[in-house]
Amino acid sequence: MEYQAKELFAKHGVATTLGVVAETAEAAKAAAEELGGVTVIKAQVKAGGRGKAGGVKIAKTADEAFEHASNILGMEIKGLTVKRVLVTPATPPEEEYYFSFLLDRADRQYLCIASVEGGVEIEEVAKTNPDAVKKIAIDPGAGVDAAKAREIATEAKFPEAVFEQAVTMIEKLYTVFVEEDATLVEVNPLARLAGDKLEALDGKVSLDDNASEVRHPDHEQFEIKDETDPLEAKAKAKGLNYVKLDGQVGIIGNGAGLVMSTLDVVAYAGEAHGGVKPANFLDIGGGANAQVMADGLDVIIHDEQVKAVFVNVFGGITACDEVANGIKGALEILGDEATKPLVVRLDGNNVEEGRRILDELNHPLVTQVPTMDGAADKAAELAHASA
Amino acid sequence: MSIYLNKDSKIIVQGMTGGMGSKHTTLMLEAGSNIVGGVNARKAGTTVELGGQELPVYGSVKEAMTETGADVSVVFVPPAFTKDACIEAIDAGIGLLVVITEGVPVQDTAEVWSYLQGKSTRMIGPNCPGIITPEESLAGITPHTIAGKGPIGLVSKSGTLTYQMMYELKDFGFSTAIGIGGDPIVGTTHIDALAAFEADPDTHAIVMIGEIGGDAEERAAAYIKDNVTKPVVGYVAGFTAPEGKTMGHAGAIVSGSSGTAAAKKEALEAVGVKVGKTPSETAELMREILKNL
Repeated sequence: MEYQAKELFAKHGVATTLGVVAETAEAAKAAAEELGGVTVIKAQVKAGGRGKAGGVKIAKTADEAFEHASNILGMEIKGLTVKRVLVTPATPPEEEYYFSFLLDRADRQYLCIASVEGGVEIEEVAKTNPDAVKKIAIDPGAGVDAAKAREIATEAKFPEAVFEQAVTMIEKLYTVFVEEDATLVEVNPLARLAGDKLEALDGKVSLDDNASEVRHPDHEQFEIKDETDPLEAKAKAKGLNYVKLDGQVGIIGNGAGLVMSTLDVVAYAGEAHGGVKPANFLDIGGGANAQVMADGLDVIIHDEQVKAVFVNVFGGITACDEVANGIKGALEILGDEATKPLVVRLDGNNVEEGRRILDELNHPLVTQVPTMDGAADKAAELAHASA
Repeated sequence: MSIYLNKDSKIIVQGMTGGMGSKHTTLMLEAGSNIVGGVNARKAGTTVELGGQELPVYGSVKEAMTETGADVSVVFVPPAFTKDACIEAIDAGIGLLVVITEGVPVQDTAEVWSYLQGKSTRMIGPNCPGIITPEESLAGITPHTIAGKGPIGLVSKSGTLTYQMMYELKDFGFSTAIGIGGDPIVGTTHIDALAAFEADPDTHAIVMIGEIGGDAEERAAAYIKDNVTKPVVGYVAGFTAPEGKTMGHAGAIVSGSSGTAAAKKEALEAVGVKVGKTPSETAELMREILKNL
């Protein structure tokens, strides 16, 4: 969110104003009083278009700050509920620019996008005046040094009065990009304030999860509990690769691609069964560990929407008999907590043995179907029947 | 024949003495791979018994290559050290570098890609199951018992989905099956593999598996239109994925309106590639093609 991006900017010396985060209208009023003068009350959510949605308001007095904050807190913007606002001094821009560094996966490099015709409507500028939007390729090996920053500022045509500040700003934004392992560092607007002062008035930073895991323990502070789905938080705490969706058929599989495919196949099958949909993405990797399977089933079963679960496993290196024993062990661990029907599709290495183990188990909740399409259909049927 | 890897390939394993490395070296040996040694700076000069063979451990890729003539390296090194392992192998001039590791910071991969330019190494991955030329060699973790040699070339972003597809088409077999990996930046693309399959006399038809995120499949479609004469069948996973959420693979994300499964399917169909709705349907499409070849 904006205030977090600004914290990262400040950490690396990017000219910005942090402001005060408030979670109640009273706190917003107190912040406005403390700051004095005219303030801006800004919704803090991970979505664009906050201004258009009425989530950004000028407050001439502390009482107005209270009023705006009351209206904005609890507002829904693009499906997200606003739980906090940022209170900053109002610094009306004389000119607004756009600037970003991002990962260009298509060309396997970094990209710098800059426009002095920027401000809030960059998408419009890109369409109506494409020449005003400069795209500069950055070689990840070479990076952005002082000379490159100057080159970028020149190509972007930053005005004379703020040129040197722009060069510094560009270098420092690149530092944020690299030091924090970001996939996007965006400033929109980058503002020329009264007195020709250049400042990042807004900020957006996307961080690479892989890098955060490997070398940025401090990135954990950016994960705000009340902004995270509780089931996803529970799954993450158990080390599970889980994404909550909106549906009735819980999904467990081994391998991200296979799981994505399973979601699709269940959605198609669901069309014939009252339109039931996949409830989640969950990749349990190797597939044989009973505790991991139990943890996965536990998270999914606690999703109230889930009416049936489809366990789709292809036994590659982890053979089907190991997976079957994993499912058996998981059901033992869960005991009475296993309350939803399970449809299991096992195929691949040692499939005969795997199926035999589950046949012998004869668990009342478990149905085996040998093909992925057939199993998806069965799971959808069971989910619809329980709806 | 095959692409990139064959029975003459001499393979070393970076990280051979670690958990993943040793387990998969044993499996690669079972697959018939010619593993000539491993690399671990702290265990240089020792040997390790894996799969009934005594394998030498070298202190560096350079040393390993000098001593064994290795031309392929498979990397099983944790994400924090993967970039350095890759740079070392590239500096030593290895021909094929297969990076299995998942979780590599994307900026590290971007830097390795930049470093690769103008050098002679081909990188596959990271975050991939590697490459298998059935009945000849395996450089990676693809189970070698799924399918034998045959006329189909397979290129895929996914691991288990690839195995599933190989399983469905095991009656026909594969020239080479290559997993390019699920990260946003990878060393070998669908296009690279398509070009290689087109040039391979023993590949007669191609299966291409993609997923949400980026525009690799769209680019591949454009490439196929002008450069590929062999029949291609496709499958794309992730139609049900919501916008903005990473689905397992670091690169599997729909950003705004770009990177959707629908757009990829459309792009492929527009150039004559039949795209199956499910993995089974895709396999069926390939079967039809092979019957009529």
